[in-house]
Amino acid sequence: MSVVADVNVRTSDVLTVRGLTVTVRDKTLVSDVDLSVGPGERVGLIGESGSGKSLTALSVLGLLPEDVTASGSVRLTGVDHELIGADERRMSRVRGRRLAMVFQEPMTALNPTMRIGDQIAEAMLIHGTRPGRGAARAAAVELLERVQLPPDTLRAYPHQLSGGQRQRVVLALALANDPALLICDEPTTALDVTVQALVLDLIVKGVVARAAALLFITHDLAVVATVCERVLVMYGGRVVESGPVGEVFTRPRHRYTEGLLAASDLETTQRRLTTIPGNVPPAGQFPSGCVFRTRCRHATEVCATTPPWTGSETTGFACHHPAEAVDD
Amino acid sequence: MRRLNPSLVAGGLIVGLIVVMALVSFVWTPYDATLVDPVNRLAQPSWDHWFGTDKFGRDVLSQIMVGSRTTLFVGVVAVGVAAVIGVPLGILAAMARRWPAEIIMRTNDLLLAFPALLLAIMFGAVFGASTMTAMIAIGIASVPSFARVIRSGALQVMRTEYVLAARAAGRQPFPIAIRHVLPNVTSLITVQASVSFAIAVLAEAALSFLGYGTPPPTPSWGRMLQESQEFLFSAPRLAIFPGVAIAIAVLGFNLLGDGLRDRFDPKLEDRR
Amino acid sequence: MIIRLIERTAVLLVSLVVSSVLVFAFMAVLPGDPARVALGVNASDEAVAELRRQFGLGRPLPTQYFDWLGGLLRGDFGTSYVSKAEIGPQVFDRFQVTLWLVLAGMVIALVVAAPAGTVMAARHRKVSGLALSAISQLGVAVPAFLAGILLIMLFAVKLGWLPANGWTPPAQDPGMFVRQLILPALSLGLVQGAVLTRYVRSAVLDVLREDYLRTARAKGLRPFPALWRHGIRNAAVPVVTVLGLQLATLLIGAVVVERVFVIPGLGSLLLDGVSNRDLLLVQDVVMVLVVAVLVVNFLVDLLYVALDPRLRVGSR
Repeated sequence: MSVVADVNVRTSDVLTVRGLTVTVRDKTLVSDVDLSVGPGERVGLIGESGSGKSLTALSVLGLLPEDVTASGSVRLTGVDHELIGADERRMSRVRGRRLAMVFQEPMTALNPTMRIGDQIAEAMLIHGTRPGRGAARAAAVELLERVQLPPDTLRAYPHQLSGGQRQRVVLALALANDPALLICDEPTTALDVTVQALVLDLIVKGVVARAAALLFITHDLAVVATVCERVLVMYGGRVVESGPVGEVFTRPRHRYTEGLLAASDLETTQRRLTTIPGNVPPAGQFPSGCVFRTRCRHATEVCATTPPWTGSETTGFACHHPAEAVDD
Repeated sequence: MRRLNPSLVAGGLIVGLIVVMALVSFVWTPYDATLVDPVNRLAQPSWDHWFGTDKFGRDVLSQIMVGSRTTLFVGVVAVGVAAVIGVPLGILAAMARRWPAEIIMRTNDLLLAFPALLLAIMFGAVFGASTMTAMIAIGIASVPSFARVIRSGALQVMRTEYVLAARAAGRQPFPIAIRHVLPNVTSLITVQASVSFAIAVLAEAALSFLGYGTPPPTPSWGRMLQESQEFLFSAPRLAIFPGVAIAIAVLGFNLLGDGLRDRFDPKLEDRR
Repeated sequence: MIIRLIERTAVLLVSLVVSSVLVFAFMAVLPGDPARVALGVNASDEAVAELRRQFGLGRPLPTQYFDWLGGLLRGDFGTSYVSKAEIGPQVFDRFQVTLWLVLAGMVIALVVAAPAGTVMAARHRKVSGLALSAISQLGVAVPAFLAGILLIMLFAVKLGWLPANGWTPPAQDPGMFVRQLILPALSLGLVQGAVLTRYVRSAVLDVLREDYLRTARAKGLRPFPALWRHGIRNAAVPVVTVLGLQLATLLIGAVVVERVFVIPGLGSLLLDGVSNRDLLLVQDVVMVLVVAVLVVNFLVDLLYVALDPRLRVGSR
């Protein structure tokens, strides 16, 4: 990439995404996403299913399905090359080492024919972060302990563990090499409510202990509120609003965020739940201009043009008719 | 939105071609396929004999054309036998209570240990080699795979709401089988018939090659191959023509089966 | 684990008994008189009666069945109605020949199918994968005996590299044994390999879509190492099933291939038995083939357990 592009990258950020666009054949699923995560910062990415949040994460990791392509720029601290379009050889050195991910479905995320210990140890052996098999194994015991699993879990096979236990194993192996950034994609959605809190707690503890940054993807506003410091709201493949969690959740500016908050019981003062009219369009079939205009009560003609971003990258929104800035 | 399915098209074309060839052979062949012509023994391919002649001076092209009838005839009867026995068995196994179903399927699995060719050789040993015994043996040997496929399809139908509704309404099992289950497994039957047809073509060729299939003088691709063996050095084309005919026929039915399967259930193959 | 073993063994035993009844019933009940069949239609009634007495064919069928079965269990396959020779030693000798052929064919099939199927799956949208798919589709359409004839034409007739037919026991001349084994084993193995390739492909395609493979990639494994370390064992489970079922096809394919290459195996013995109308010999050979298939399927069942820890109930 050119020198000019590099100047725009704030060197202090762990992750910097610029103009990320994801397409499948002729459909655009994610368009022009900018996002940064600072060191040790915990950032939430919220949106309904189909908003493109998971694709954004997979693009960062370079693990998009075969026919899906990403363009734009993704930079990670400590990695001297662009992640988008990097070849497998270079990407494989970044994945699991500087950048790790916890997926949504713990029941299928682990190899059913391999013992837990081997799967965790492998994560370290691939990158040579432990001198040998014995050291990796010892480290695996320690990692399991941190996620509150007994040492004999090492010899277990995935089918002998519950969903919550498996997700803790996935977390342990994601954190095995002390990554600079951990991405979690709906890590507790598939879990029982009772174990969700434990897993969330372990995730936060894990990243805090390593001073790692966290990009947390979810559709659950309550989870974002407990885990994250800053939040980005996605709709229709675009980031429509971003800001500190407290600010966005109490004083939303984008009309979609406003609707989303009203629809959840998080901050409602009146007991009656409201819903956003209409349905989320199928992926790749969002309207031009403001992607939310077909469901927005405030939409006018001007919304047919793409709304510009207002504010800074960390705190701002893209809406022609934002909600009042001042809380009344 | 439905894309043209290359397997289906190619398979359909090949099978169609063979059927046309067999039909044409009833009204016209270059020569009488069984006509012995001692003067033109082992003739090279020429304008008179496109594919040459065999050791008796019989025209190879004519034999191939007439041989396609044998192939199709054996296939149709064998698949017919397999379907007539296998489909009811499969539906029965899906609708029966636990134990009878278990017994049917266990027996079925056991019969899979008897491949078509082995059964046909046994039949040949007992009843004497003929096209009829070959067809029936191949048909019987194809029953287990039919029953197995149809059962799994029928089990799915049995779980659908309209069948549950019919059962709740007190309909008897037999009407349910005829009105609901059978129509919903016809696509499976078609696919399996095509796949079984390919196996039948292979088995018939192998049997005739071994001398337990179609007896002379009726032309058969398998026997043409067997007769060609003594001329592998001097006239390899005698093996090539019937060999290619067998391979193309099998290819055609396999492709047709694959194509039909994709068409009926596009999820089976990978096309996300 | 133990329960499964007992259950599988029970199924095997029942299958063996039922199939022996089937084979016996088929050969004994359906046709006319085995003695008449053996001697031909022109034989005198006295000769037929003599043969019937000699082999105890007049006894009740259950007695005959249990005698036959008891003999098989003791390794006594009976005496041929036609040649009056002991059948057992012949079957034993011929079985070894066929075993070599089938094993060599199986090895070739696996060596062809495992890499080809994997590449087809990994590159299923690319030209190389599609080309391999087309080749395998062609391979499936070629019967083993035709492959044998084509291989003879190429390697024996045209190039003269290998003998066109014949069989030498390995103990007698190992070099010749190998040279004569290559072509028949290839005819069996290549064709079977083509069939197997398609199963390997779909098994690997399934595995490629698994979440745990994505986890492996997220750990930092490159695509092929990820597939190798995490996919192969999982893909092996369905492939092993097919391998077991294919053994039946391979055995029967060997019958025909033995004819093409003039190999004195079990298949030739069976066909000779049919030509000579030696029904007891046919019955014995068919039973041996069926037992081989059933036993292999039993072993395959046990192999699953080794491959898939989920089947090892209570192993923790």
